[in-house]
Amino acid sequence: MSAAVETVSIFEQWWLAIEPAVQANTLNFWQTIYKEIYLNVIKDDRWLQYLKGLGVTLEVSFFAILVGLLLGTVLAILRLPQVQNVSARGKGFFAQLGAGVVKLLSKFAGGYINLIRGTPLLLQVLIINFGIFGSIRIDKVIIGVIACGLNSAAYVAEIVRGGIMSVEKGQTEAGRSLGLSSFSTMIYIILPQAAKSALPAMCNEFISLIKETSILSYIALTELTKAGDYIRSRTYSAFTPYIVSGILYLAVVLTLTWAIGKLERRLRNSDH
Amino acid sequence: MTTDTIISVKGLQKHFDDGKLKALQGVDADIRRGEVVVVIGPSGSGKSTFLRCLNLLETPSAGTVSVEGVDITDPKVNINRHREKMGMVFQHFNLFPHMTILRNMTLAPMKLLKKSKAEAEQKAMELLKRVGLAERANAYPSQLSGGQTQRIAIVRALCMEPQVMLFDEPTSALDPEMVGEVLDVMKQLAHEGMTMVVVTHEMGFAREVADRVLFMDEGKIVEEGTPQQIFENPQHPRTQDFLAKVLV
Repeated sequence: MSAAVETVSIFEQWWLAIEPAVQANTLNFWQTIYKEIYLNVIKDDRWLQYLKGLGVTLEVSFFAILVGLLLGTVLAILRLPQVQNVSARGKGFFAQLGAGVVKLLSKFAGGYINLIRGTPLLLQVLIINFGIFGSIRIDKVIIGVIACGLNSAAYVAEIVRGGIMSVEKGQTEAGRSLGLSSFSTMIYIILPQAAKSALPAMCNEFISLIKETSILSYIALTELTKAGDYIRSRTYSAFTPYIVSGILYLAVVLTLTWAIGKLERRLRNSDH
Repeated sequence: MTTDTIISVKGLQKHFDDGKLKALQGVDADIRRGEVVVVIGPSGSGKSTFLRCLNLLETPSAGTVSVEGVDITDPKVNINRHREKMGMVFQHFNLFPHMTILRNMTLAPMKLLKKSKAEAEQKAMELLKRVGLAERANAYPSQLSGGQTQRIAIVRALCMEPQVMLFDEPTSALDPEMVGEVLDVMKQLAHEGMTMVVVTHEMGFAREVADRVLFMDEGKIVEEGTPQQIFENPQHPRTQDFLAKVLV
């Protein structure tokens, strides 16, 4: 239809306007900036590639945070002194076996945290991608979620453990004296209070994780960093694609910081 | 008062730090149904440890604690079921700060007695009215005074309809002007026939409300008797010494 032919977008018109200057290499400052934006964002709908990359980054981050929170909380509980030094209630075979298994798991949790925190995330990503899933066709997003989630869990575990230990012992005693099991006491009484005091550190961890997913560009997952890198390889602009990616990371992190700050204020208002 | 024994303690010992600190060195005591037993004694005499052994918040190193004939130190016994029947009030209140008063009181009845929300709240409101705090049902613990907080802690325990109430220095952390309101609730409870074991420094309360007073020192019950016997005619030199210091 003729309408489509007529509507050359305003961006195209501007481009056409400066094109002679581009050829002659006589661009002024603002024209240079517009040239960069046009080539790296507008031309061929490249902005869509950033958005797709952003989508992948958010997807991986969201599920990795979920994995990290769940696994991290379990690891944190296994690392509590009362779990580490659990003693069998009774001399029965199963009581002894149960206590033995719990102690073993506790040791394993400690070792896991040391191992993950003591080695680079990049190395872990490479091992999971080429080592563990090397011969299996599997979505890179899933590999990213597994690698970043398993990594984050080690850090989350220490944050949650700190949170749990900041809750007064009297809270546990009050719960247990009412007849609640240690599990119910943990779920209804200790963890909600631990979560509140762990929130600022947790916010830090989430921010780190979101940015660290950029390492997944190493295994050719087209997340936000890789998307920028890919555009650079097409346009040969050394700065602009990375700056666009950077602005998007910043927007995500600032939004998250704002949301958690709001949550923190709400928790503070409700009980203090 | 009947002579039906509800808690029977035999040869109770509790050691801390691998036996370096012997908090309890062989305590025998019977608590009868409907009785108010007040435990007094100097700091570090093992009063609180004794009380905390009654619902196994501390695991005894030796000896037995029987509740209604069941030895609760036996690992096969489900201690949670027994704790439901034994309410406990702490020195530092220990209300759950992230829950409203009402939620503090209904959590355990809903989870353990399988009460519906409406049932549990009705019972909680009834008890709140009795201690004059019904209008604070939706407040958070940090919005209450110490005296109010401790009164809530008492009725929170009562929501489980316990057969015994254990009080661990319930007024020690309170400002002096708030001690009275908490003691009043405890007196009321005693008059209703609740079985109570109270660790306290409130000698006036012991004298007025106790059926029996236990004096503890260095992990043992040194002397026991009616309030008249203990306060007016103490036999043991350590009891005399202690009372001379606290009853000025």
